[in-house]
Amino acid sequence: MTGPVDRPAPPPLPPVTPDPWTHLAGLTPARLALGRSGASLPSREVLKLGLAHAKARDAVHAAMDGDALANALAGLGRDTVTVESAAPDRATYLRRPDFGRRLSARSRALLSGAGEGVASAAGADIAVVVADGLSASAVDLNAVPLIEALLPRFAGRSLAPVVLAHQARVALGDEVGALLGARLVVMLIGERPGLSAADSLGAYLTYGPRVGLTDAARNCVSNIRAAGLGPDAAAAKIAWLVDRAFALSLTGVALKDGSDAAELPMSEKPRLSGN
Amino acid sequence: MVYRHTVGRTAWAFGDLRDLMAKATPLRSGDMLAGIAAGSAEEGMAARHCLADLPLKTFLARPLVPYEDDDVTRLIVDGHDDAAFAPIAHLTVGDFRDWLLSDLATPAVLARVARGITPEMAAAVSKIMRNQDLILAAKKCSVVTRFRNTIGLPGTMAVRLQPNHPTDDPDGIAATVAEGLLYGCGDAVIGINPVSDSPAVLARLCHLLDDVIQRHAIPTQSCVLTHATTSIGLIESGVPVDLVFQSIAGTEAANASFGVTLGLLREAHDAGRSLKRGTVGQNVMYFETGQGSALSAGAHHGVDQQTLEARAYAVARAFEPLLVNTVVGFIGPEYLYDGKQIIRAGLEDHFCGKLMGLPLGCDVCYTNHAEADGDDMDALMTLLGAAGVTFIMGIPGTDDVMLNYQSTSFHDQLYLRDALGLKRAPEFEAWLQAMGITGQDGRLRAPSASHPLLARAEAA
Repeated sequence: MTGPVDRPAPPPLPPVTPDPWTHLAGLTPARLALGRSGASLPSREVLKLGLAHAKARDAVHAAMDGDALANALAGLGRDTVTVESAAPDRATYLRRPDFGRRLSARSRALLSGAGEGVASAAGADIAVVVADGLSASAVDLNAVPLIEALLPRFAGRSLAPVVLAHQARVALGDEVGALLGARLVVMLIGERPGLSAADSLGAYLTYGPRVGLTDAARNCVSNIRAAGLGPDAAAAKIAWLVDRAFALSLTGVALKDGSDAAELPMSEKPRLSGN
Repeated sequence: MVYRHTVGRTAWAFGDLRDLMAKATPLRSGDMLAGIAAGSAEEGMAARHCLADLPLKTFLARPLVPYEDDDVTRLIVDGHDDAAFAPIAHLTVGDFRDWLLSDLATPAVLARVARGITPEMAAAVSKIMRNQDLILAAKKCSVVTRFRNTIGLPGTMAVRLQPNHPTDDPDGIAATVAEGLLYGCGDAVIGINPVSDSPAVLARLCHLLDDVIQRHAIPTQSCVLTHATTSIGLIESGVPVDLVFQSIAGTEAANASFGVTLGLLREAHDAGRSLKRGTVGQNVMYFETGQGSALSAGAHHGVDQQTLEARAYAVARAFEPLLVNTVVGFIGPEYLYDGKQIIRAGLEDHFCGKLMGLPLGCDVCYTNHAEADGDDMDALMTLLGAAGVTFIMGIPGTDDVMLNYQSTSFHDQLYLRDALGLKRAPEFEAWLQAMGITGQDGRLRAPSASHPLLARAEAA
């Protein structure tokens, strides 16, 4: 057995310059006080950003899990119909928004009454469409909880089968709603993912849906996700807008959102010294 | 008139000047979406050969968007400076490229001919230029503007500090402003994209930025990026407005979709000037543009998106802006599909703007549904830095938490300064040193937790 050996001290870690204002970071979701390695981001922050971008990319390119959605909605007692837009694949979808706004010929025929069980739904008050949009993750995570929260609020109104739409843009709901003869369409669609949230669902309400409407004819409830506008708060907001839409027989710029129910509680915010 | 070019046994024909310009444009998704792009690589090169042989004068004689239908065309034609154009009036598009790259085209000469160059001439020559040509020619164009500091001096690059917040929270915005300044950003402008269009909220943001600038005597300017009509209203109510912002495009109809006319811009310009808030100059306008905006508004007249972008610069030029920002990757992959198209478009826009005499900056950016990533942005910002870009954006960690896209970060501008030796606007550089934020060499000093900028990032 040998005696203790004097080991040389390990070489120092390369310096990361911290930003001594971490208290500011709590005031905003912006990425403050990341520190720096020389002029550049420290390794851990570069990797964090890379991960956020990877999640966003995956959300854009993943396919919406239609079977899982259909099963979950069946569990809520809702029938589903699956359609696709005129964009045959993701690459075309991203280049040609016009294709994403129209149904494929097959899907148009399906909704025109050829499909079993669809024709009987003609003339429903509300058609709910669940669409991948730019984030399949948003739909997979948030669509079912939101619909579950909406159903009791839509009690007393007739509902068409839930339409699951692949490679869809918002305006696809116009053609779907028109073919189903629905008075109002609620389009639940994956929003463009950001780095801070890749799973935001948007809800677009369109009264009297028909092909050719613009966004001026819609109302939108945005940022629906567990860490944003939660399913109950979003459902309350949507239901308020739906009630107003039926009362006024319109949606869009003339329908101002007066729902306060969905307002998020104010969180305890750190304050800067001096305030 | 039909334009023709023969390659071997294939005779290519282009129905009119719009068709020729569109087909000569390096391929991008927006022109494909509009159905006007070249159908093959060879057709694209045939169009470029044909375009190279065209006299520059052609563009004065044959407007791409009819004079009678479009006030931007009338602005271009009626405002053309024949005397400035004279030294290059005998050139073809191909000759013009050679001239731009030659030693004849000095910064002084380029400044003199700028008012003689129409957007269509700038766009045409850019279509036959490689990326390196766009960099080298732009670098020779010197455009200097002033409000509370001097922007665009050779060897400098300014930064717009962009402290956006998803609910316009004043504390959150003030926190980002403080960090941005401590990273040496903000000489181009401290400019907020607000969520709200409520005048009360916007006034509060204007006061917040004005307070920071006044309290610390920062030689820079602020801007709350709202519609020009709203800014005029704020000015009339006595709110401190430094720069007046507006998005603009290259056709009358596209501007109408933004709720803008040339008359309104004149009114906004006059309102901004009336406050006389600049100390070293009175360039009061801040414009943003981007390829694809006219098509997106259904107002493109069959003209390619790059030419229309250059036409937006003719609109900007009429109002002597402090800053013009091409927001190059924001619009999405249906207009610029991937990193390659975004990089090309950024270099084209910068070149065309500089050639026309504008202080062109670039929001080097992308959205997550484009085929692009941070490496593509590194390439574009480095190329633009080499080209002498007037300013870029500065955003915490590249992540704009309000607009949901990625731009250049506080760190990115430090990288460019280190890599390329770029300085800031001189007044701002001196202020940073006086505040102990940077040293004599312009590099950041070790940050102090007791810096005055941190003491009170106040909600107005």
